[in-house]
Amino acid sequence: MENAETPPTDIPPSGTPGIMQPRDATFWAQQGTNLRVSRAPDDAINLNVDGRRVASPLQGFGKMWQKTYRVRLEAAAVTPAEIIRAWKENFASFWPKGNHFYGPLTGIAPGEVALLNLKTGGMPLSTGVLVLYADDESFTLMTPEGHMFAGWITFSSFLEGNCPIVQAQVLMRASDPLYEIGLTLGGHKQEDNFWRYTLHGVARHFNADGPVTLQMICVDRRRQWAHARNIWHNAAVRTMLHTPARWLRRGRRNTAQPS
Amino acid sequence: MATQDQNVTVHVRYVSPTVSIIDIEGEVTAFAETVLTNAYTAASTNSTKTIILNFSGLEYMNSSGIGLLVTLLIRMNRHHQRLFAYGLNDHYRHIFELTRLNEAISVYETEADAINAA
Repeated sequence: MENAETPPTDIPPSGTPGIMQPRDATFWAQQGTNLRVSRAPDDAINLNVDGRRVASPLQGFGKMWQKTYRVRLEAAAVTPAEIIRAWKENFASFWPKGNHFYGPLTGIAPGEVALLNLKTGGMPLSTGVLVLYADDESFTLMTPEGHMFAGWITFSSFLEGNCPIVQAQVLMRASDPLYEIGLTLGGHKQEDNFWRYTLHGVARHFNADGPVTLQMICVDRRRQWAHARNIWHNAAVRTMLHTPARWLRRGRRNTAQPS
Repeated sequence: MATQDQNVTVHVRYVSPTVSIIDIEGEVTAFAETVLTNAYTAASTNSTKTIILNFSGLEYMNSSGIGLLVTLLIRMNRHHQRLFAYGLNDHYRHIFELTRLNEAISVYETEADAINAA
């Protein structure tokens, strides 16, 4: 599911004679802001990603939050790089049941686009993410228009003393007024449970576990009413509207199959 | 006024009562938070309307660094100040565009261009 857009020509490939590349050049996605899904598994709902622009917290609607989830891997003899490598390789398997991350076959790498099929409040939601940044000790996923939140989430690992720490840090706003209401009415709790489950999964992968701590900071209390129209792209609404057509197609497929 | 940590050094210059420049050299990552916050506090006087970030000496930036710029921008908006930038090479200019920071932070080629626009 790699991004099919051509890298911009103003960024020369590393190794171009006479041009010094910044050290972080290969860690960042190289395409433009529009996402492209080139291949989707048959069982995945592929909606609300193709052609959508990524959205930073500055393009969202609701209050801006920075939420940091952490777990300490006490007594685990593992380096941050080893943790991140395993997290990248097994990213989908750490998620709660019923939620699907259709990542690229090549693994989590800068510029790759993944489909997400989620269950929110019992309803299906199809959206995606762009791998914005990835190095040996961290990687960042950025959301497209229509996602529940506008922003990014950075997964990282580092040592505190000798103890490896696993961290997920979200910087986001609810994308539109509907999502903002949803976040207020239990959405934050649902998200917190999601990432707690995920971090416990990563910790258990290394035969370690402990309490997941959460630090939640309201970076900006203001809502950006100029972005209320983001509701047009709302992936939850669009997935729901698309559901009857999907059922119809599935029914036809079942009917056509010989018994 | 200059502050630094292991990997980043910042220097604050006062161009006029309303405009300050923060020169950034080195790495902008999560570890730059204190240094950048202190620089903003120093650069922001009672009369400051615009703060210009000089990225000519930027050597490395990760996604946490971009997050720092977002939170700095929010803080400045709260104080009705504007954030400008110059000195971005093609790579970092692309990152500003990809993360859509360029829609909120005005990016200029040179220091003179940024000061003229302030």
